Amino acid sequence: MAIDTIEPSSISAGAASGPRVSLRPSSTIITIAAICLIVVVASAIFAGFIAPQDPQKLAPAMRLKPGMPGFPLGTDAYGRDLLSRILYGGRISLMIGVGAAVVSVTIGLAIGLVSGFFRWADAIIMRIMDGLMAIPSILLAIAVVSLSGASLKTVLIAIIIPEVPRVVRLVRSVVLSVREEPYVEAAIAIGSGLPKILWRHIMPNTFAPLIVQGTYICASAILTEAILSFLGAGINPETPTWGNIMAEGRAFFQIKPSLIFWPGVVLSIAILSINLIGDATRDALDPRMKQRKAGK
Amino acid sequence: MLGYLIRRILAAIPVMGVVALVVFLLLRLTPGDPAAIIAGDLATPEQLERIRTSLGLNEPLHTQFLTWIWKILQGDLGVSLISQVPVIKMISQRIEPTISIALSTITLAILIAVPLGVIAAWKHGTWIDRVVMSLSVLGFSVPVFVVGYVLIQIFAIEFRWLPVQGFRSITGGFGPFFERAILPTMALSFIYIALIARITRASMLEVLGEDYVRTARAKGIGEAGVLMRHALRNAAVPVITVIGTGFALLISGVVVTESVFNIPGIGRLTVDAVLARDYPVIQAMILLTSGLYVTINLVIDLLYTLLDPRIRY
Repeated sequence: MAIDTIEPSSISAGAASGPRVSLRPSSTIITIAAICLIVVVASAIFAGFIAPQDPQKLAPAMRLKPGMPGFPLGTDAYGRDLLSRILYGGRISLMIGVGAAVVSVTIGLAIGLVSGFFRWADAIIMRIMDGLMAIPSILLAIAVVSLSGASLKTVLIAIIIPEVPRVVRLVRSVVLSVREEPYVEAAIAIGSGLPKILWRHIMPNTFAPLIVQGTYICASAILTEAILSFLGAGINPETPTWGNIMAEGRAFFQIKPSLIFWPGVVLSIAILSINLIGDATRDALDPRMKQRKAGK
Repeated sequence: MLGYLIRRILAAIPVMGVVALVVFLLLRLTPGDPAAIIAGDLATPEQLERIRTSLGLNEPLHTQFLTWIWKILQGDLGVSLISQVPVIKMISQRIEPTISIALSTITLAILIAVPLGVIAAWKHGTWIDRVVMSLSVLGFSVPVFVVGYVLIQIFAIEFRWLPVQGFRSITGGFGPFFERAILPTMALSFIYIALIARITRASMLEVLGEDYVRTARAKGIGEAGVLMRHALRNAAVPVITVIGTGFALLISGVVVTESVFNIPGIGRLTVDAVLARDYPVIQAMILLTSGLYVTINLVIDLLYTLLDPRIRY
């Protein structure tokens, strides 16, 4: 299913002259990815109008039924409509994705600017970031959730903590290269205040890489939420999220694999689209960035 | 070289110190009484008091931290709150399945990903390149447990070629071990293959543009020789680096994969500990995996000199 969006159909072979370091997805693939993402986002926003059933309504008589009119993808172990749950689940999953991206980019930007510009702070901040990055993010996240109890807020915090150091490193590397530029020196020379230098001259340089990093964080946060739910350390199972639906489907996998399959497909399409759009944005915003690594 | 080695090891100490501090503060900074968090809602006052004493919660914070660190340095990772077994013993009893799956995953991933990346770079811009890179983007986008269940559905349920779940130690014969290890290895290596293939391709593309590659071709060396001897050797450093940094991916993958395939390894141990709020076990696992991560990347840093004699420290 998900593979359809990246079928290598429209290839203009050998279009580039020099060696291209990253995959430059063709515009057809990007268009398909954008359409997929718009459909997923729209169906999550308008879930209230599209969903055929109430996603939380229990119907014991309807347990694990196959697809039928009114229940296009069948029902889960509690007789709830699978399609409606996937549609509503998109709301939480996408909210987590966007929320994690915005918050970790904001926090990372602030810390990164300080770290990059003030040498005295740099050593301490970077040691802390190195330490945080050494902890496998899933373990840190499940530890946070298991201690603080599973709510939307703790899941979000658990996803954000491991992402911040990556943003900090990115911002810091940009600041370190920009602060030597003549225009920063000129700003210092004419007596601009420090906040103004940081805000007007240095920060704008971080925007392009941060937008790209933000899309990757968004994709990885949706994935992490799914993994957390799957491991039983996610949001309360009554609220549908893509991860939750799959987690509940585990016990019935041999009887009804579609309980994992369909949410998995929607989740993968969403993440794939976001990643592809991130790659395209990266190439469009700054050709030099093509060398930087995507993913984690 | 020796000086570099010492500096590098010394630099790892603050990193591990921060890891230990984070792990330590995680429990103490969580709102509420740590003993009550661990014991759950149904705990009796005696149980709470026992946990308080065993964690030293009645002491001042810095004393707690120093005592805790001192114990860890002596190899004492604490005792499980559920089974009362020393954590170090629990981990050592269950580490074998994890190591076997992890090693077979790394091996499989390198065997598949490096050739894929080399071919994609060699044939870059063609459909082969597109397919490899598409698979790589896909690898980052599909959760490992979805891959796992799809594999189970195809190979274990539809075709009935392989067992659905479980694990057999390799000491009990290679056959039973192998048939149970195939699916988890495949599932786990998916994202790793994506990662390594991407880097291999990028690194090869850079090297293939170099003058010495053109010279090698001009001398009439066959394509295989150019790719393997001249290009891949020079492209190896980023590839090895990503195998090391990808270790973090492997750890989270292990936790999930062991749950999907019901493998009694340390990933499963962690998940069980999280569900039971067995904090000493979670704590030990974070320390252990972070330590391993730091060590592996240290070793890889040192490997560079072997791979590329131009790198001198």
